[in-house]
Amino acid sequence: MTEAAAGQAVQTPVVTPLIEIEDLVFRRGERLIFDGLSMTVPTGSITALMGPSGCGKTTLLRIIGGQLKPDSGSVRVRGRDVTRLKRAELLELRKDIGMLFQSSALFTDLSVFENVAFPLREHTDLPEDAIRDLVLIKLNSVGLRGARDLMPSQLSGGMARRVALARAIALDPCLLMYDEPFTGQDPISMGVVVSLIRRLNSALGATSLLVSHDIHETAGISDEIFILDAGKVVAGGEPSALANHESDRVRQFITGSPDGPVPFHYPADELAYDLLGGFRR
Amino acid sequence: MMDLVRALGDRSLERLGSLGRASVMWAAALWGLPRLSELPLVIRQIYNVGVLSLIIIVLSAFSIGAVIALQFYTQLARFGAEDAVGLGLALVLLRELGPVVTGLLFAGRAGSAVTAEIGLMKTTEQLSSMEMMGVDPLRRIVAPRLWAGMISLPLLTAMFNVVAIYGGMVVAVEWLGSDVGSFWSGMQDSVELWEDVGKGMVKSVLFAIVVTWIAVFQGYDTDPTPEGIGLATTRTVVTSSVMILAMDFILTLSMYGEFK
Repeated sequence: MTEAAAGQAVQTPVVTPLIEIEDLVFRRGERLIFDGLSMTVPTGSITALMGPSGCGKTTLLRIIGGQLKPDSGSVRVRGRDVTRLKRAELLELRKDIGMLFQSSALFTDLSVFENVAFPLREHTDLPEDAIRDLVLIKLNSVGLRGARDLMPSQLSGGMARRVALARAIALDPCLLMYDEPFTGQDPISMGVVVSLIRRLNSALGATSLLVSHDIHETAGISDEIFILDAGKVVAGGEPSALANHESDRVRQFITGSPDGPVPFHYPADELAYDLLGGFRR
Repeated sequence: MMDLVRALGDRSLERLGSLGRASVMWAAALWGLPRLSELPLVIRQIYNVGVLSLIIIVLSAFSIGAVIALQFYTQLARFGAEDAVGLGLALVLLRELGPVVTGLLFAGRAGSAVTAEIGLMKTTEQLSSMEMMGVDPLRRIVAPRLWAGMISLPLLTAMFNVVAIYGGMVVAVEWLGSDVGSFWSGMQDSVELWEDVGKGMVKSVLFAIVVTWIAVFQGYDTDPTPEGIGLATTRTVVTSSVMILAMDFILTLSMYGEFK
């Protein structure tokens, strides 16, 4: 190898995947949710999962977190197949995963401070002083150090989401999963959450996997977007590339057109036929 | 006809599956005694399910003791045997009414509360978030409530018995004028520690296991919707009550079985 080539090899970063999903098949009752889904999420990236409602985005997060077992296929997180781990091993792996739930899922009987301290108390033997400092640092990073004594019932939706984020990063996880982080947020709160996701991802050196319907916000912070439909990844790539995707279905989703390959109307007989009494029950 | 058989089969399989899930949950939650660090959680739950049930237990016990004494006194006085009120009262309470009524009240007050609490935690994804933090909700949420229920109900039963006997004494001795010496000495002479007190407490421990198991499982297995929580809470009270009454009959038969 020449000197120049060797130098080039050193400069090129080797991006290893943090999550590797292969041939995932998952059924809920009779319904096939994933039909041979495969995808990889590179370490250090912000990757978004998008797709029509009910296509299984949240289900995929739960499978990655080991809360649901697929029918077949493999899901490797940091090289470990979560589908084959025992309960104790899964609980251990999850210490490296932070998850922000759509409902925030704060413990309603604990204060904001205790919510953030919860994973630290459960998984570390740190003295109380250290826990206090860490909790205040985490709360400060989401701008809510002053709200430490409030109870979850006293928080607005946006504040609750930020407290949940502070709790999710309490143990400095290597993977952060966000389930609809922008839903139900006012524009200011949404802006705060968007900037926090970007900032925390680089500050922690973590990898983020984001499920969202908000195309504009998601495209603004994601390195890569995967579109799920009919149990598979139908498109994947940088946000700018997806807007010109060859598939009408993907373009309709990205542009948010009310009608197209995904029809506005639920399948039914012709309107005239129905109105003339063709459809009775 | 085939539809009926199919529906019955479906229902039976569903019940069996439910029993299986409940057994797995129970075994996983109670695997080993609580760790020292989990003791405060158990104590807090003893407060929630035990201490907060005290008022209803004490009030019910007093009135039940008073009513039984009144009935016994009225009937026994016809035969000039009103001195046996204390003994009759103690035996009825220690062997049957104490464990059964406390169990029923406990299912209604604490069992329903536990189901609703755990069900709500599931609905608001608190259990899922705990799991995702690497904390086992079976150990953190379910186990302390199981232990607390199993500790609290026998203690509440003992208190029920004491207060009910006191209530009976107030009516029989203070109000109706029965002899106080006869009231206590009849009880002292004939009530046996194991046969009456011990077996009653064994019943109570078994009721505690069943009621807390049902309450916790119904909450943990609930459909995570407001409707689901309502149904689960109702199921806890109904199933626990039926189980207590059915078990009481079987236990009485096996403990004091020589009736013929």
